Amino acid sequence: MSTEPLLSVTGLTKHFPVKRGIVFQSAVGTVRAVDGLTFDVAPGETLALVGESGCGKSTTGRLVLRLIEATQGTIRFAGRDVRTLSRGALRDLRRDMQIIFQDPYASLNPRLTVGETLAEPLKLHGIATGEALRRRIDELLGEVGLSAWHALRYPHEFSGGQRQRIGIARALASQPKLIVCDEPVSALDVSIQAQVINLLQDLKAKLGLSYIFIAHDLAVVRHISDRVAVMYLGKIVELAPKRSLFARPRHPYTQALLSAVPVPDPTAQRARIRLAGDVPSPLNPPKGCRFHTRCAHAQDRCRQEEPLLRPLQDGDGAKGQVVACHFAESIVPPALVPENDPPYARRLAALRKLSAVA
Amino acid sequence: MKQQERSLGLQPRDDGGALLDVKGLRTEFRSGGSSFAAVDGISFSLAPGETLGIVGESGCGKSVTSLSIMRLVPNPPGRVTAGEIRLEGRNLLDLPESEMRAVRGDDIAMIFQEPMTSLNPVQTVGEQIVEAVQLHRPLSAAEARARALEMLRLVKIPSPETRLDEYPHQLSGGMRQRVMIAMALACDPKLLIADEPTTALDVTIQAQILDLLRDLRERTGAAIMLITHDLGVVAELAHRVIVMYAGRIVEEAPVGLLFSDPQHPYTLGLLGSIPRLGSDGDERLTAIEGVVPNPYAPPPGCRFSPRCALADAQCRAEQPTLREIAPGHRSACWKAPLDIALAEAAA
Repeated sequence: MSTEPLLSVTGLTKHFPVKRGIVFQSAVGTVRAVDGLTFDVAPGETLALVGESGCGKSTTGRLVLRLIEATQGTIRFAGRDVRTLSRGALRDLRRDMQIIFQDPYASLNPRLTVGETLAEPLKLHGIATGEALRRRIDELLGEVGLSAWHALRYPHEFSGGQRQRIGIARALASQPKLIVCDEPVSALDVSIQAQVINLLQDLKAKLGLSYIFIAHDLAVVRHISDRVAVMYLGKIVELAPKRSLFARPRHPYTQALLSAVPVPDPTAQRARIRLAGDVPSPLNPPKGCRFHTRCAHAQDRCRQEEPLLRPLQDGDGAKGQVVACHFAESIVPPALVPENDPPYARRLAALRKLSAVA
Repeated sequence: MKQQERSLGLQPRDDGGALLDVKGLRTEFRSGGSSFAAVDGISFSLAPGETLGIVGESGCGKSVTSLSIMRLVPNPPGRVTAGEIRLEGRNLLDLPESEMRAVRGDDIAMIFQEPMTSLNPVQTVGEQIVEAVQLHRPLSAAEARARALEMLRLVKIPSPETRLDEYPHQLSGGMRQRVMIAMALACDPKLLIADEPTTALDVTIQAQILDLLRDLRERTGAAIMLITHDLGVVAELAHRVIVMYAGRIVEEAPVGLLFSDPQHPYTLGLLGSIPRLGSDGDERLTAIEGVVPNPYAPPPGCRFSPRCALADAQCRAEQPTLREIAPGHRSACWKAPLDIALAEAAA
């Protein structure tokens, strides 16, 4: 892994104006959907963006691809400044950056066969024509676990999991370096979800892809990511390598989020942190720390002064854990994640072995 | 202590005193010239005060089961074609519609996944609860309103006096679900059917609602039938669990046993499919390969056999029945207990 990041985002901001009136519109406020994000993604790395509805994680994914225009900030991808690219240059860039959406049905054209859907990016970027095009489509279908004859079928003939595979194949068609995965498994049943997660991991290993993995499910994130950025109301509140984040979450919001995940183990003993109330409106976010209205550790300083994302002043900081909390060092991280193997682990391993043989 | 009881499955389960007793329920849907059974001969019971989790993936029949109990299956195309549903001994399937109406809301109440679509957008929260209360209780307008306020307090809605006169769109998703729960519990039902009650909610709000349901069942003594696809939610709330696959029950166990000693390959596969917070996260998930069978042409024998690594000729030919492998623990698998079968298959 080289030290030069593939993608580097600085001070990324997106404000949506809120308008009133039908003919004569006037701006009556701004939704600060994304407010000053700074992060980077290394080649071959998976960075997860997690948070609850309205935290700005999906907007961030779209900003990076310039599917929507940022208000402020810089986005550098493989040495190029994404925000200043011309239309033509942007099209070339999209060869290298692709996206997979949550709802695989809404994101596929129902009037195109799977083969036609996959041919579009290949033709657009002048990657293949004629016989080579057909071969590449077969190859793509094979890569995502579908068969060549699926190329002649329409999206409605497929199940949800298969459609998501088609969405993945389409993203892979132009051989991108980075794929933004926007809740790619949230709409799928668990057994199918596992198939798609395994597929994404296999593809990453095989093709050396980088992912920005946008999700609300922390267990999925733990499974697939290398580093995790936790977002709250348009800001990153904590960013850390996966292991550190799950072993020792240092921001009170990360702690609450982890504590809220229901664990499939009725005997699990773990700390319970409950947040009162709802996420405040991004139209009018709280002053100071945006989380202070729901934070059990909030003090006067939190209500006045906005905490900046900073390395922790202890061992975790050295490992790359950054946090936006004035008092992170003095808050003791509670035990939130049961570490033991499930009691059925051996049985599961036996079943897995058997499936591998079959 | 409570935790202990729950994991050992010491909850009272005396079929004689069952609150709800479902026997051989079969619900068919007709489309075009053919029909299929979304629920295919399932039997289970629920004791007073007990929380029963019903888990399974899309199309396994868990929601149709609850709609059948409420007699809300849209007809046509759906129809209950066999079985009985006894609530305290009375077969709900025999009741005339007028009596069934009294049962709904009064004896059995239901909450749904999407609170916005189940609340009336042009009525205030208060009006809706009052309407539900007055339908079943001879209360004056003032008394019913007092009851509505009491219910909003019970579900811990902040400043309930103001909320009473607000419209659903003025409330957040979590708050709307609280209103739904308040409305459902307004007539002290004996059974609350919760169909994916937290699926549409963010995880911190989900935790609030699960806490609320846990607290309310202690206070009201209502039994809960919890329908969900999320094994985590089941582990948090249920006393006993039923796992459904393709319209049938494949496993039934006290919650502790289901998670410590799963005895159906599908249950095991489901557990292996969930990414775990506690795992190191680098191993592969044990995905269940393949897809659920076509309901119009289910495979002969065990419906899970095409996706099962343990399946043999018997599994593909003969349909397994639910049989008890430990007290209170039933599995519909020819290969159960699994450890022996797995060892033999590996050898």
